[in-house]
Amino acid sequence: MTTLKMKNVSIEFPGVKALNMVDFSVESGKTHALIGANGAGKSTLMKVLSGAYDHYTGEISMDGQPMTIRSPKSAMDSGIQIVYQEVDTALIPYLTVGENIMLMDTVHNMGKKQWVNWKNLHSKAAAILSEMNVTLPTKKLVSELTLAEKQMVLIARAVSKDCRFLILDEPTAPLSHTETSELFRIVQELKRRDVGIIFISHRLPEIFDICDDITIMRNGEVVETQSISDTDQNKVVEYMLGQKLGEQFPQKSMTMGNTVLEVKGLTDKEKIKDLSIYVRAGEIVGIAGLVGAGKTEFCKALFGAGGKLLAGEVKINGKRVSVKNPFEAVKNGLALVPEERRKEGILVYESVESNLTVANLGLFSKELSFLDRKKEKLVAKAVINRLGIKTPSEETKVQNLSGGNQQKVAIGKWLVAEADVYIFDEPTKGVDVGAKKDIFNLIAELASRGKAIIYASSEASEIIGITNRVYCLYDGKSVKELETNSTNEEELLFYSTGGR
Amino acid sequence: MEANITAKKQTPAKTSFDLFQFFYKYGTIITIIALIIIFSLANPAFIQGNNIVNILRSISIVTIIAIGITISLTVDGFDLSVGSVASLSNAIVISMFVWFSQNTFVAIISAIAAALIVGILNSIMIVKMRIPDMLMTLATMFIIQGTALTYTKGATVSQNMVLPDGTMAEGLISPFFSKIGQVPWIILIMVVVVLVVHIFLTYTKHGRYMYVIGGNKEAARLSGIPVNKYKVAAYLLSALFAAIGGIVLASRVMTSEINSGAPYLMDSVAAAFIGFSVLGAGKPNAFGTFVGAVLIGILANGLVMMSVPYYAMDIVKGTVLAFALAITYYKQK
Repeated sequence: MTTLKMKNVSIEFPGVKALNMVDFSVESGKTHALIGANGAGKSTLMKVLSGAYDHYTGEISMDGQPMTIRSPKSAMDSGIQIVYQEVDTALIPYLTVGENIMLMDTVHNMGKKQWVNWKNLHSKAAAILSEMNVTLPTKKLVSELTLAEKQMVLIARAVSKDCRFLILDEPTAPLSHTETSELFRIVQELKRRDVGIIFISHRLPEIFDICDDITIMRNGEVVETQSISDTDQNKVVEYMLGQKLGEQFPQKSMTMGNTVLEVKGLTDKEKIKDLSIYVRAGEIVGIAGLVGAGKTEFCKALFGAGGKLLAGEVKINGKRVSVKNPFEAVKNGLALVPEERRKEGILVYESVESNLTVANLGLFSKELSFLDRKKEKLVAKAVINRLGIKTPSEETKVQNLSGGNQQKVAIGKWLVAEADVYIFDEPTKGVDVGAKKDIFNLIAELASRGKAIIYASSEASEIIGITNRVYCLYDGKSVKELETNSTNEEELLFYSTGGR
Repeated sequence: MEANITAKKQTPAKTSFDLFQFFYKYGTIITIIALIIIFSLANPAFIQGNNIVNILRSISIVTIIAIGITISLTVDGFDLSVGSVASLSNAIVISMFVWFSQNTFVAIISAIAAALIVGILNSIMIVKMRIPDMLMTLATMFIIQGTALTYTKGATVSQNMVLPDGTMAEGLISPFFSKIGQVPWIILIMVVVVLVVHIFLTYTKHGRYMYVIGGNKEAARLSGIPVNKYKVAAYLLSALFAAIGGIVLASRVMTSEINSGAPYLMDSVAAAFIGFSVLGAGKPNAFGTFVGAVLIGILANGLVMMSVPYYAMDIVKGTVLAFALAITYYKQK
């Protein structure tokens, strides 16, 4: 058994002390969970350990032997490997699975050799994959893989070298149910081979499923390290937030008005097949389903932002409307908070203020389309207060906010725009527990003001907690409509996995 | 004690950070002032009113064309075809007078119309066929360069030129048109263009939308902004300003040389990119572009006065562009 220790690790970035005297230790052959709210310093700590930064202070040692880790190469040479959350940044899409797995080998171990031995490369890669019990053709291009398969390739790359400790940074966030259990199987496999695994995740249940120890961080410091059997989910949340969470979901409203949105027979070129739903004023309707069931595609199709529609009609307040593109959708009173926040929801280089007003600049325009800057500022300040967005000022660039606050900005812009139908696509993805609660409250408040709300999520507990009625999606089709009060997570999962 | 250590460590990091910020914001303007002082010391004639008007006149065409590029940059595009569009509009405007004896109005309108057709071509290929901006406009640059050459049959168009059939061209350039390229009008046109575009980009809804599209196209689309319409508009505007640049150029030289607009492309690109950092804007902006053009103009003028040969000038301009790009991309890191 090997023990990896970090002692008194501190790191600073201009103006921020990201880690403050952190002690952290893991043992090989165990799975160690690392958890904390957004911005607690988990990822920074792991980056230090994997050699991404060289300006930290403190000591790292393995079995009491001090080590110098100042570059990714020195970390890898000591047997510490990391699989980052954004798998695409580490893969070369137009090379094959085999080449990607053996990349480290090709880069570091070629020595004086100039020629690539293709046969050797592919057989080595295949051996690694079969050792992990993964069936993937090594000659397939990485660009053709699913997200989960890409992750497998990265893990395979990590264990292709001598790997004693493997860091998985939120590996399950983009995975479906079956893909997650596949990943866990591999984690168990690696554990048996005496690899130590550091597992970062926001999902508490899975941490309690597969981890042996847990370390909880808050504000750049470690607040608690203990064996997982000595604690429970509520205690962990308490440590993360520094306070008791209380009831997570707000009171559901039961008064509903007329049907606001009616969708009939929506069908697109690829995923969505004959989807029909309706939403009443003041109602929160859930779209449940696993990753890949077509939830995002449906949300986008409804907003005119998806692929080409082949059939279907959309009625808003009884009137048939055309939503060929997002421009028309917004004009007809639809609003979408998209899943990929950084890519689709916010403008990272713009101020909070311009982000909040962008969906309805018409409201702030005077004659000749000149902008009313004062009014913009006033409204932005009001929204910041109302949503509790933590920002130094309304002029701060959004890239400087934390994940949860960025999500609030993405939602905030539609509050300014005043839509009738709000579509939320995985609004709590990558958001910490505290901010999650704020977002739930906000959605409930919108509903109580008579807005129609669509809430798409693959988290069954959220669907149960916040919605009034739910449609289960499976493979682009709505397989079941359920009243939330008379169902439970098991039933949702049953229908989401194709049961009938 | 511990607080002391942290404070000490933070200070050097903080000042070096701020120093870069300071030079990022004011570097261009400081450079301009420094250049003025150096050139004036080297040759007192540099600072005389005459020469200052000279510099402003020499940068006006660059500025106008660079403003077009700036607009294409705001939507995260890049219009490389502006140089040849300027050549084309130069050729059309002069030929309208010389070959077809048209009046000023018809001549100018024809030149602008031709440029807008190029803008439509660019934007359709970029928006509908999804060709990357820089590659498409590179192709257009060649197409339009060739079109302008073919149109003038590879010859310089001027008053009293000999036509292919042996006769002399009889059309004359109107006296009114010849005024456009002279001081003070040429400088006034530049100032108006800079002001109007600055106000448009900074204070109107449409300008804001363009920056939003440039910042995150997908987020802009999902916020309900008609992204494609604004991209088309941006390329039409950039073609329009290239045409205006070509027309002013025509009036200044009163002929249409082969590829007359081409040299303006590099200067304009440089001006627009130098403009990114001016006063810390961090994005393409009209005022910054003007400052960038001033910097290039002063450099060129001063170096000529110091007897640096004209054929070495591109080395200096290229270096300045590389420097401006280095600052912009280093900042984004």
